Amino acid sequence: MKLNQLTKLALTAATLTLAFNVQAARDTIQVAGSSTVLPFSSVAAEEFGNNFAQFRTPVVGSGGSGGGLRQFCQGVGANTIDVANSSRPIRPNELANCKQNGVNQVIEVQIGYDGIVFASRVDAGDFHLKPEHVFMAQAAQVPQNGQMVANPFTRWNQIDSSLPNQEIVLAIPGSNHGTREVYEENVILAGCNTFPEVQAMERSERNNFCLAMRTDGRMIEIAGDYTETLARLQAQRDAIGVFGLSFYESNRDRIKVATVSGVVPTIDNIIEGTYPVSRPLFFYVKGEHIGVIPGLQEFAEFFVSEGNAGFGSPLEEAGLIPLSDSERAKVLQTIRNRTAL
Amino acid sequence: MSNQTDTTSQPMLKSAVQQKVQASLSRRHRQERLFKFTGLTAVMISLALVAMLFINIFSKGLPAFWQTSITLDIYFDPAIIQISEKPVQRADESSNEFRERFLAWQGELGMINFNRLISDSLMQVLPDADQHRRQILRVVTSGERFALRDMVKDDPSIIGQTKRLNLLTDANIDVWLKGNIDRSLPDHQQQLSPVVQKWADDLYASGIIKNRFSFALFMNPDSRSSLASAGLAGAFMGSLFMMLIVMFLAVPMGVAAAIYLEEFAPKNKITDLVEVNINNLAAVPSIVFGLLGAAVFIGWFNLPISAPMVGGLVLSLMTLPTVIIATRSTLKAIPPSIRQAALGLGASKMQTIFHHVLPLAFPGILTASILGVAQALGEAAPLLLIGMKSFVATVPTSPFEQSTALPVQIFLWQGNELRNFFEARTSAAIIVLLTMMISLNGIAIWLRKKFEQRW
Repeated sequence: MKLNQLTKLALTAATLTLAFNVQAARDTIQVAGSSTVLPFSSVAAEEFGNNFAQFRTPVVGSGGSGGGLRQFCQGVGANTIDVANSSRPIRPNELANCKQNGVNQVIEVQIGYDGIVFASRVDAGDFHLKPEHVFMAQAAQVPQNGQMVANPFTRWNQIDSSLPNQEIVLAIPGSNHGTREVYEENVILAGCNTFPEVQAMERSERNNFCLAMRTDGRMIEIAGDYTETLARLQAQRDAIGVFGLSFYESNRDRIKVATVSGVVPTIDNIIEGTYPVSRPLFFYVKGEHIGVIPGLQEFAEFFVSEGNAGFGSPLEEAGLIPLSDSERAKVLQTIRNRTAL
Repeated sequence: MSNQTDTTSQPMLKSAVQQKVQASLSRRHRQERLFKFTGLTAVMISLALVAMLFINIFSKGLPAFWQTSITLDIYFDPAIIQISEKPVQRADESSNEFRERFLAWQGELGMINFNRLISDSLMQVLPDADQHRRQILRVVTSGERFALRDMVKDDPSIIGQTKRLNLLTDANIDVWLKGNIDRSLPDHQQQLSPVVQKWADDLYASGIIKNRFSFALFMNPDSRSSLASAGLAGAFMGSLFMMLIVMFLAVPMGVAAAIYLEEFAPKNKITDLVEVNINNLAAVPSIVFGLLGAAVFIGWFNLPISAPMVGGLVLSLMTLPTVIIATRSTLKAIPPSIRQAALGLGASKMQTIFHHVLPLAFPGILTASILGVAQALGEAAPLLLIGMKSFVATVPTSPFEQSTALPVQIFLWQGNELRNFFEARTSAAIIVLLTMMISLNGIAIWLRKKFEQRW
């Protein structure tokens, strides 16, 4: 009797497992990655689902650019994602990892641009930052009179008298975010390299020196979304946060932006290229899944199409800075030819 | 009390023993008062915290159950909606061919600018709309054009008619009219341009925009492109599927395991080990089950990412030890006399358990199962690791389709960029989840009361 029941149980378990394996085919596009691209990708997915009755609405996950690309490069098959959103270009080691796992056709698609802004609470001081100010605020060691000394600054006006007399607290994106890389590239390294002491250093040493962060609790690395950064600002009046321009646009009543090198972050200034901290946004399509997951190629094309991502489109409404016409034509060509990296 | 007055009125008669008793009595009374006071304080503090939580959530979330919508006379203008006849399946046609034709027709429908219908009818109620053509569509949330399209898709005979419809306004208008944004802020800090602010106020005053019960919150799936139409339907279905899976997997398996361990298993080292491990398993943090689910169910069994199926399996594993432990303690509580009586009358062990012990233990098992399911319903951490925190814009129709769950939806809305709108929406989702939890717990209590046995 006992044995009989056990066999029955085992049989049921086996049948269930079998049923699962049969279910492996998937008809919904799976996207994951950058939280900066997430809002745009979600809007594109929704519009795609609404406009293409024959396909299902893609599902968009987050996890940061790094997290998304790691999932993307796990391999080929229905239990891996089809599209990775990224707010920075894929790194060579990530691409190598992809190839090692059998993902050979990585198609890079640029969707547009986004600005990175420094924002503070509306009741805090007005900031007119320069890259070197931010570097001086975050570095572990700063150059002073030819010497490298441990960062002595605790208030912004100690760095530059034009800045407000306000405690230095900086909330920056964690290293899982693509925004972090752009921030380090365009702000920290740019600011750091203005010092003659740094220019005198060996090239290999320079980056390590410039990116070393102070560890006295004034730098806060945010692993989550921009709302987490905003919550940090709400708790600490003096904190300055690093946000995407589109996030600021939705929360203008709570935060105000700082100018960088005298330029106000606006869509026009970013298109003109005068605002220094902007970056292209990407998504990566797994070429092996085109034709296997229904609608993948159509989704990629729709995403960057004029109607979805051009001027006056839903994505522009959501805060994306559109590509120029010639850039768009090139990107569309890449998708149609499935030109892999 | 009378004793005490006796002794105080006749102090001369107190013996040494009586004095000692007297002293210790007052000390013990003091200790008791102190303990009662501490206990009462603990209760009051926890009650106050719960009250604070509820007041906070309800004050924020309740207004979100009502949402501003605009009443418009939409003229389905045949000059704008120019489409061929809706295809009907012919007798000689295969269903695949019909599907092709129907998709082509839907493609045709997709080309039509339904926003024109909305802006045309808005022009009727907004006198100065001509000067601000670009702004006019900011009044109605962008998803409503698809609602109009679906109306035509369902019934093309609507073309040429005028329908009075309630369309959801843009999320920022809802925020503005409810005062969730500081209305005194200067224009550059506002989400709405001054002209749209004025339109919103005028239309609200004239009753064309009204605050109505938000069916969208319950009927729609999540949305990012049309924030005002974001709802909980997708998350609710996802949670429902997971609950069903937990009920059909964890509950029978847990009860079977508990009966075997309690009634049949020999008492030896191995069963001791199993017992210790079940207790350990109950103490494992839920996020660990998520890691396991990602590795085993998605990695090995190739189950789809973000599917309630995987979520249900993970939550089943998590609930299993709870059900086993609770069921075992219920079985233990059945008096041995019941078993002895049945065995004495010649019933087999199996008959004793299934005919006599189980029926008595049933209410306890039921309560344990419901509480287990309720615990699984509120769990978010393991679901984050199996891809269920994705944005899903459709309502799942099977456990294999991608979906979110209610607790995860709260997490997702908490992270939405438009804080002014989604802070209230998030609290509303919390209220919905809390209501479900409380009603599940209520059912459990009711069942326990109803079937409670005394012996």
